Amino acid sequence: MWHNFRMPSKSRAEHEPLVVTKNLCRTYGRIRALQNLNLSLRRGEILGLLGPNGAGKTTAIHILLGLLAATSGEASVLGLSPFKERHQIAKRVNFSSAYVQLPSNLKVMENLTLYAKLYGVPNSPSKIQELLELFEITHLRNRITGSLSAGEKTRLGLIKCLLNDPLLLLLDEPTVSLDPEMADTVRKILKRIQRERNMGILYTSHNMPEVQEMCDRILFIHQGRTITEGLPGDILKAFESQTLEQVFIKIVRSGDLISP
Amino acid sequence: MMDSLSRINAMFFRYACLHKRSLPRTLEIVFWPVMELLVWGFVTLYLQRLSDSVVFQAVVFLINAMIFWDILYRSQQGVSISFVEDIWTQNIVNLLISPLRISEWIIATFLYGLTKIIVITSVLSGIAFTFYQFNLIEKLGLYLIPLMANLLLFGWALGIVTAGLVIRWGHAVEALIWGIPFLIQPFSAIFYPLSTLPPALQLISKLLPSTYVFEGMRFVIQNRRLPLEYFLIALGLNTVYFVLAGLFFNQMYHGARASGRLGKLGMD
Ligand SMILES: Nc1ncnc2c1ncn2[C@@H]1O[C@H](COP(=O)(O)OP(=O)(O)O)[C@@H](O)[C@H]1O
Ligand SMILES: [Mg+2]
Repeated sequence: MWHNFRMPSKSRAEHEPLVVTKNLCRTYGRIRALQNLNLSLRRGEILGLLGPNGAGKTTAIHILLGLLAATSGEASVLGLSPFKERHQIAKRVNFSSAYVQLPSNLKVMENLTLYAKLYGVPNSPSKIQELLELFEITHLRNRITGSLSAGEKTRLGLIKCLLNDPLLLLLDEPTVSLDPEMADTVRKILKRIQRERNMGILYTSHNMPEVQEMCDRILFIHQGRTITEGLPGDILKAFESQTLEQVFIKIVRSGDLISP
Repeated sequence: MMDSLSRINAMFFRYACLHKRSLPRTLEIVFWPVMELLVWGFVTLYLQRLSDSVVFQAVVFLINAMIFWDILYRSQQGVSISFVEDIWTQNIVNLLISPLRISEWIIATFLYGLTKIIVITSVLSGIAFTFYQFNLIEKLGLYLIPLMANLLLFGWALGIVTAGLVIRWGHAVEALIWGIPFLIQPFSAIFYPLSTLPPALQLISKLLPSTYVFEGMRFVIQNRRLPLEYFLIALGLNTVYFVLAGLFFNQMYHGARASGRLGKLGMD
């Protein structure tokens, strides 16, 4: 009996968006960091959140992580409120950013073991080994984290955020300190894992070719406001541009006057 | 429940790991208390030689007071230093978004502090025994346990308040991490009996659990027993302060989450 009862709710969860925000706003005093953000992200989708410095990208991600309260509007992650129900969500979500570090005075292995334990990762030594190999930093396992180069730290952060096989990954400028070759490797790895696991990724980056390669859909924000949203190809057409870089520049240079 | 224990365990080892390879860090645990004990121990020994038996009692009081003060100080530090360690290393966001609960984190810092205190107390009483023929166990007996427990609790409450201040004001209040215990030092009747203080200050002292511990310690040494009310009043006050400290921390944490400071801790 209860089998029948549970099945529909599971299959519904499969189709429900991982992230939904409705008119999400956040102000810091007089600064309106986010204004009426409406976004949704499904399983198996990579959504690029783009915008110039100070556009509100990190603010949006921090709200979705439950680190920050919204001023108004709603946010739901895996159908739950990230602010009020963070603990139910935390195990199935993860986050990495070039601006957030792992303890610099622990060894690489110690850091990964710490986070594997915090996330309750089953069979963690083999999981850690697998990811170290994937990101090509197995040889650094006994190094003190503080002694790694910026690019190595970035890869370590990415390993950390994949330890728990998250359903949803929030990546805030993850490739910013990688050289072009390593950035390419990392993008391929991420894309592969994302397809295999049917993961949803919210991705911010200032590297437009990278965004074009990685993202299924794009949402442009500027001064907290949504300027445009859609498939990369459609956006290029709407802005009569060849590349996302041109779109980016058009949006930023013409401020809030523009709409496609 | 098991998950919770395993997360507490993980955080405990995160702090303990630091001692595994850092000799300075490990020595740091015992460095200051040992130096203090040596200097003041010999000073009192000298004073003892100048006069006689009245001073001898003072020697015993003083050595005991120093060991006890260290317990209080270290238990406050155990919580607050561990907490800021993760702010300094810009790791706090990773922790705050993980399944780790703040309460689990704080319990891990309690346990880490407790471990350090056990080490320090053993080293100090070993030294006191060797150089001053002072036997902590013999002097205080089993009364050591209720006395130490109250010190530990008060230190933890102070540690939680300190951590709350750091969450609210960040780097600006770092000096307070070391300063907070000294705020209560003059009023806790540590190195002198309560009666030494003027009546107005005694009123403040009577609100501090530490006062009852230090008064109790001297009472035990003189009379070989601990009045139950000393223990109970300290425990009652500790319970009140613990709850208040928790509420304060919670307020600071939620304030930081509302204002946006939480995601930016350690970056100021
Ligand atoms: N804690 C904060 N206090 C005050 N202003 C903030 C805070 N965090 C971000 N801001 C402001 O909000 C705006 C959006 O910032 P952010 O979300 O970090 O932008 P992005 O990640 O797109 O570069 C910026 O103007 C920034 O200065
Ligand atoms: Mg940002």
